[in-house]
Amino acid sequence: MSNSQFVETQYFTFAQAPNELVLKSGVKLGPVTLAYETYGKLNADKSNAILIFHALTGDAHAAGLHKDAKNPGWWDPMIGAGRAFDTDKYLIICANVLGGCKGSTGPSSINAATGKPYGLNFPVITIEDMVVSQKHLIDHLGIKKLLAAAGGSMGGLMALEWSVRFPDTLQSAILIATNYKHTAQQIALHEVARQAIMSDPNWNKGDYYGRELPAQGMSVSRMIGHITYMSERSMEEKFGRKLQGKEKVGYDFSHDFEVESYLKYRGASFVQRFDANSYLYLSKALDYFDLSEDTDLVGAFKKVNTKFLIITFTSDWLYPSYQSKDIVKAMKANDVDVSFIEIETSYGHDSFLVEIDGQSKLVSHFLNNIAKKA
Amino acid sequence: MRIDHKYILEMIEPNSHVLDLGCGDGELLSLLMKERNCRAAGIEINEKEIYKCVERGVSVSHGDIDSGLADYSDKRFDYVILNESLQEVLNPEKVIAEALRVGKKAIVGIPNFCNLNARLQIFFLGRVPVTEGLPYKWYNTPNLRFLSIKDFRDFCTERSITIECECAFDAKGKIAFAHNIFSEIAIFLIHK
Repeated sequence: MSNSQFVETQYFTFAQAPNELVLKSGVKLGPVTLAYETYGKLNADKSNAILIFHALTGDAHAAGLHKDAKNPGWWDPMIGAGRAFDTDKYLIICANVLGGCKGSTGPSSINAATGKPYGLNFPVITIEDMVVSQKHLIDHLGIKKLLAAAGGSMGGLMALEWSVRFPDTLQSAILIATNYKHTAQQIALHEVARQAIMSDPNWNKGDYYGRELPAQGMSVSRMIGHITYMSERSMEEKFGRKLQGKEKVGYDFSHDFEVESYLKYRGASFVQRFDANSYLYLSKALDYFDLSEDTDLVGAFKKVNTKFLIITFTSDWLYPSYQSKDIVKAMKANDVDVSFIEIETSYGHDSFLVEIDGQSKLVSHFLNNIAKKA
Repeated sequence: MRIDHKYILEMIEPNSHVLDLGCGDGELLSLLMKERNCRAAGIEINEKEIYKCVERGVSVSHGDIDSGLADYSDKRFDYVILNESLQEVLNPEKVIAEALRVGKKAIVGIPNFCNLNARLQIFFLGRVPVTEGLPYKWYNTPNLRFLSIKDFRDFCTERSITIECECAFDAKGKIAFAHNIFSEIAIFLIHK
C-alpha cells in the first residue's frame, strides 16, 4: 500500500472456557487470539471482503507499513489502491495463523493454565483448525460471505480447505503454488528442517523461552527452506559461482561463495523473526493435510460451488504444477468453475511473492468479474 | 465479429454448455456467453492468451488439447468446439473421438487445403500453396495436418459420425456450392 497511512495489527480473542475451540485432534484449546490486519473498507452490504492467507513463515502484516518500520508487508506489491487486491474496491483481511508466532495463539504464547509459554504443551494443530479459527474472525467481523479467499503455498491450502469446509461463505478462491496433500519428498524436506531444530541442544524439547534460542538449528532449517523456495536457474542467475568479498577461493571452510553467505544471512535473520516451535507445528500441519483422506479428491469437491483461479509456476519444484492440475481435474469432474494457468518463470516456489506482473493481471481481472456478478 | 464466429454462433442453441478447445483469447466463448447465454469453458496452450481469457471472464485451463479432454466425463457439454485447432493437434482422430465423448455435439472448423487458389498454386507454380487462409511457409507452419473438406467428410463417414450441418465460406461470406473447390474454411456440426 503506497498511501501514507500506517497500518496496525488488531487482535480478536475468542474460545474462552467453556467454549474452547475443539481441534481436529479432539483436544480443546482456549482462549484463542488471532492477530489480523485489514486494508480498505467494508461496503454497506458487507459483500467486498477478501481473506488472504499467508504462507508458512508469513504473518498478518500483508501490506502497508507499520509505524517506524522500513519494509512493507509481505504481499505489498499485490495489495493496495489500484493493485491486484484493490483496497479502493475491497476490504482485505489477513490474519496470522493459529500456531503462528506473530500475535496469534501458538506455542510461544502464554498458557493461561500455567502462566508459562506453551512450548510442546501446545496441542498439535492442523490446516483445518487454522481455517476454523479464521471463520470465527470473519463471523466476528460480521461478514457472511467472502468475495474471495486467496493464498499461496500454505495459504493456498487454507483457501482450498475453506472452499470445501464452508462452501456457502465463499464466492471465489485463488490458489497459488499450492497442493492438496504433501508428497513424501515435501514431507521429507520438512522433516530435515525439523530435525535441524530439534537436534540443536538449545531447543531443549521446546522449552527455550527466556533462555538461549536454538539459533543454529533454526538457521540450518531456514537455509534448507530457502534452497527449496528457489529454482536451480534462479540460484544460478542470482549467485552463480560468484565469490563473496574475495578474489580467489580460500581453500578453507570459511565461506567462499556468495550463495553460502546469502543462506547464512537468511538463516541468521530467521532466528530473530520466527519461533522455532511454531516452525515445527506449522510444518507438521502442512504434512498432515490431505484433502482426499476421507474420500477421493473428486468426492472432496462435491459440495463446492466456489469459482476458482489456480496459478502455478513452471520452475516451482517444491509445489510442482501437476499437483494443482490434479485439483483442477477433480474440480472439473464436479463441474466446478475453475481457471488454471501455469506461469512461465524461473523464480521457483518464491514466484508467488516476486512474480507480480502476471499474478496482478490475473487476480485483478478475476476479482473484477467476480465482483460484477456479486 | 469474425465471420467464423458468426457462423458458429448460428449453430449453437441458447443456454448451452460449451467447451472450446484451443480457445485462444476467449473471444468466441465470451460472445457465446453474451449472445447465447452459454456456460463456457476453454482449453488453451498459450500463456499470453490465458490472461486475455481471464480478463474476459472466460474460465480457461492452461494445457494442450491432446491431453486436456481426459478431465471431463461423458456428454458433459452440449457442444465441444474445435475451431482452427484440429490441424494443429498431434492426434486429431483421438481428439475428435474425445470431443464427441465429452460433448453431445462437436463443432469443427478447418482450413480447406484444397481450395481453388491452393490447387492452382500447386499445379502452375509447383510449390506448396501460401494463401490468405493458409499464410504459412512449409518451415514455419503450426499446421501438422493438411486436409480438405472432402477428406473430413470421408473421415466422418468411415467412423459413422453424422454431419448435421456444413458451412463453407471465405472472407466474403458463405459459399453456396462446390465447397471443396471454392471455400477457404468449413465449419461442421457433427455428432455420433
